[in-house]
Amino acid sequence: MNFPVLSVITFIPMVAALIILMMPSHRRNETRAVALASATFALLLSLWVYFSYDQTVGGYQFVEKYNWLPALGISLYFGVDGMSAPLVLLTGVVMFTGVLISWGDEDPHVKAGIQDRPREFFAFLFLLAGGVFGVFVSLDLFMLFFFYEIAVFPMYLLIAIWGWVVTREYAAMKLTLYLFVGSVVSLVGVLVMYWTQYKNTGVLSFDMLVMENAGFSQALQIAWFLPVFLGFAVLGGIWPFHNWSPDGHVAAPTAVSMFHAGVLMKLGAFAALRVGIMLLPEGAKYWSWLIMTFAGVAVVYGAYIAFVQTDMKYMIGFSSVSHMGLVMLGLSTLNREGLTGAGVQMFSHGVMTALFFAVTGMIYDRAHTRMIPELGGMMKIMPFAGIGFIIGGLVSMGMPGFSGFIAEFPIFMGVWQKQWLVAVIASISIVITAAYIMINIRKVFFADLPEKLHGHVGDITVLDKVAIVTLCILMVGLGLFPSLMVPMVQTGVENIIRLLGGA
Amino acid sequence: MFTSTTFLSILPEVLILVLAVLIFIVEPFWKAEQRRNAGWLTAGGLLAAMVISLLFGQPGEPTTTFGGMIRFDWLGFFFKLLFMFAGAATALLFMDNEKIGQRGEAYLLLLASLLGMDLMAVSADLVMLYLAIETTSIPLYVLSGFMLADKKSTEAGFKYLLFGALTSAFMLYGFSLVFGFAGTTNIYRLVEMFTAGSLSVGAAFGVLALILVGLGFKVSIVPFHFWAPDVYEGAPTPVSGFLSTASKAAGFAVLVRLFFVAFPEFAASWTLTLAILSAITMTVGNLLTLQQTNIKRLLAYSSVAHAGYAMIGVVALSQLGATSVIFYLAAYILTNLLAFGVVMAFSRVTGVDEIMDFSGLSRRNPWLALMMLAAFLSLAGMPPFGGFVAKVFVFAAGVQAGYVWLVFVGIVNSIIGVYYYLNVMKFVYLYRMPNEDEENHPVPLTRPYAITLAVLALGVILIGTVFAPWFGWSDAAALTLF
Repeated sequence: MNFPVLSVITFIPMVAALIILMMPSHRRNETRAVALASATFALLLSLWVYFSYDQTVGGYQFVEKYNWLPALGISLYFGVDGMSAPLVLLTGVVMFTGVLISWGDEDPHVKAGIQDRPREFFAFLFLLAGGVFGVFVSLDLFMLFFFYEIAVFPMYLLIAIWGWVVTREYAAMKLTLYLFVGSVVSLVGVLVMYWTQYKNTGVLSFDMLVMENAGFSQALQIAWFLPVFLGFAVLGGIWPFHNWSPDGHVAAPTAVSMFHAGVLMKLGAFAALRVGIMLLPEGAKYWSWLIMTFAGVAVVYGAYIAFVQTDMKYMIGFSSVSHMGLVMLGLSTLNREGLTGAGVQMFSHGVMTALFFAVTGMIYDRAHTRMIPELGGMMKIMPFAGIGFIIGGLVSMGMPGFSGFIAEFPIFMGVWQKQWLVAVIASISIVITAAYIMINIRKVFFADLPEKLHGHVGDITVLDKVAIVTLCILMVGLGLFPSLMVPMVQTGVENIIRLLGGA
Repeated sequence: MFTSTTFLSILPEVLILVLAVLIFIVEPFWKAEQRRNAGWLTAGGLLAAMVISLLFGQPGEPTTTFGGMIRFDWLGFFFKLLFMFAGAATALLFMDNEKIGQRGEAYLLLLASLLGMDLMAVSADLVMLYLAIETTSIPLYVLSGFMLADKKSTEAGFKYLLFGALTSAFMLYGFSLVFGFAGTTNIYRLVEMFTAGSLSVGAAFGVLALILVGLGFKVSIVPFHFWAPDVYEGAPTPVSGFLSTASKAAGFAVLVRLFFVAFPEFAASWTLTLAILSAITMTVGNLLTLQQTNIKRLLAYSSVAHAGYAMIGVVALSQLGATSVIFYLAAYILTNLLAFGVVMAFSRVTGVDEIMDFSGLSRRNPWLALMMLAAFLSLAGMPPFGGFVAKVFVFAAGVQAGYVWLVFVGIVNSIIGVYYYLNVMKFVYLYRMPNEDEENHPVPLTRPYAITLAVLALGVILIGTVFAPWFGWSDAAALTLF
């Protein structure tokens, strides 16, 4: 038995959460140090998983299996494939940078980062992170569900306690209810699949690799695909169930916004792919037009709504809806190009949007406003943040040389094969995205510093800079060397194509 | 015939009785301020009784003892252990409640009621069952009205007594009809009588409805739930906790045994009736919970809703159904005892129990707030706490039996539940005490509370993560029904 790296990754944040809770509440910096140490450890392990994944072999690797409840066929069954390995890395990165930018500055004039009860903050954040890792590596449907729910409820507390005072209660409750509704609707579908499998094959198992061969009838697949897929896709921000997402982003504290947009929304898309498309392929084929319509609307509508926002966080929140729409669009094509693009886009968007929210949070902490018309001249004050935001913007627009391009291009190729009209309409979003990103950069970073902000806005901390540089390296690196990720995602896609019965 | 099995089948009851007598003898010799030590004695004694029963009194093949009065099987045994655990926790929670903690008779009443519950779980005969139910109820009436100076408590005791007497009369009438039709009161022989056709479906339906009135009162399903909020609010908080957990579970133990053994699937319309009752119970319980401003009333209505969820497993009428009910009850007992324990610990110091008063609790005592979070998230059905797994199992049993609509009602209700449970946590974590600094108003925990709450919280997490052994025990218990 090899080193059980996946279960260590999953349980490290949870153990860290417990340790942090045990610490006395006045040891604030020690608490942060423990958080940073465990986040770094998780990041290193996820890097190790990513780079030692053998692309030539493909399939599920680092597999661990422990029987958990044999009577019902529940096991702790971990493994990653080409689809989930990048997402594990993404979670590690966002967790690491999230801790960095939450460290903040104790100076009462600045008050950046998390200064109110950091102990509880990091404990809840890490519980969330553990749940996210668990979903990405679980090959057992019950456990996937278990971790999925663990990833949902800490959000409520994180937003309600540390969020933006104006909307936090409303947004936190809205988000939790949306996600809970989605997940329990999927649960019913999952249970139906579980018992149908038992009826068909006599096997009681939540093992997804077994369930792939359960021989679900076409009628069952068509009937239950939508509840299962959409139930999970709610967390992926699919239109018309995206409403909770921008509100949640805006109300959440910076690190939680990063987690939320960077990782949690991927969780929804990933679970929708893993459970919806891979276990109910016939249903996916039947309903792909509907998913494509929803996704197409999300792409254009999200971009347009982002364009008219004056609050930076709302702008990024809706741009996330638009970009996650691209992921869903890629999934709905059910072909090689689209799925590959969706896989890469999940990673690329996760890193990009984490960066956006990090920079926005840094600006808000110091200027105490996120309104685009009230800001200006940030480039002179915090050049690092400015450069980071510009790089993120280029990724967002899909510029060649950045990770956004290698993600979006295959998606459009895939969509074109399926339905060229959707590709044409969806490509409008690229123009709108370019427009709002550039307007935002010009106003916030290059225009004159408004009178009100003179004097009291300072530069970001060293840790903030480390976070920005980490995220930028990933985006540029992936843009220049697509071979770092694309072949890996393709091995995962091959498996999906096989399940879809295509060659 | 008195054999060792005969003795072993009532070993826990004998031990409880010995403990009660011991307290009865020792307590008068203690000075007033020492009397709370009866709590340590009760809890310690119950735990010892659990250990002794586990070591020597484990049932083998199901047998009937005492001339068909008592069934010695895993179903009864597992429930007995649960009740005794709940009793031990309740005794510890009694200790620092000034109104009841220093009165030895409170512990005696608790043990007497526990004795009744243990017998409820093993009764194989309707006469025995009725006696057991009354033995359980009468001490609980007294305990609910224990605080004589408190009008609400007196009202609670009296209301509970009236409702209890009325519904048990209905049930007794049902039992007498059963005897009239079938000629036997033995639960295990009833089923033969029914299959022999001595009881028509219509008559059986009526009889079952009468019995359901009595049991429905015990487990507080709609429309027999009206007593619950007033009694839970008025009764001393640890007593409410005991009522909503052990007493409810005892009702379910009887319900499961009666419906799985004596009246298995005799008519489809009967299962449908139960399914509709379950749906109504969940929905009404949850909708009424939404409007509560008092934490004890909130927990009371939510416990009505939880009876509805557990009923899904009964409706399924399958082995997994029975297992999931038992598992649900185990998880629920731990969770709700924790919830009431936290409320008790809080209002003992502050003297108030409105939801608003919990503002700023997370700053006044972070650990108490965390335990409350664990309890409420478990009630809401969130992992890694017991409530999540329990709900999934119950729903799985429902889907297996083809009751997808009932499961949908269940999930809609869980969503309502998430809303109001999180709403309470908002007060605990988000809101501040008005015009006060929380640092100056800590909520200290005394030792009995700290121990009880820590054990319960650990249990809630264990049952939600390492669920295989719990499932194994529930399954062993359910297996004896088939």
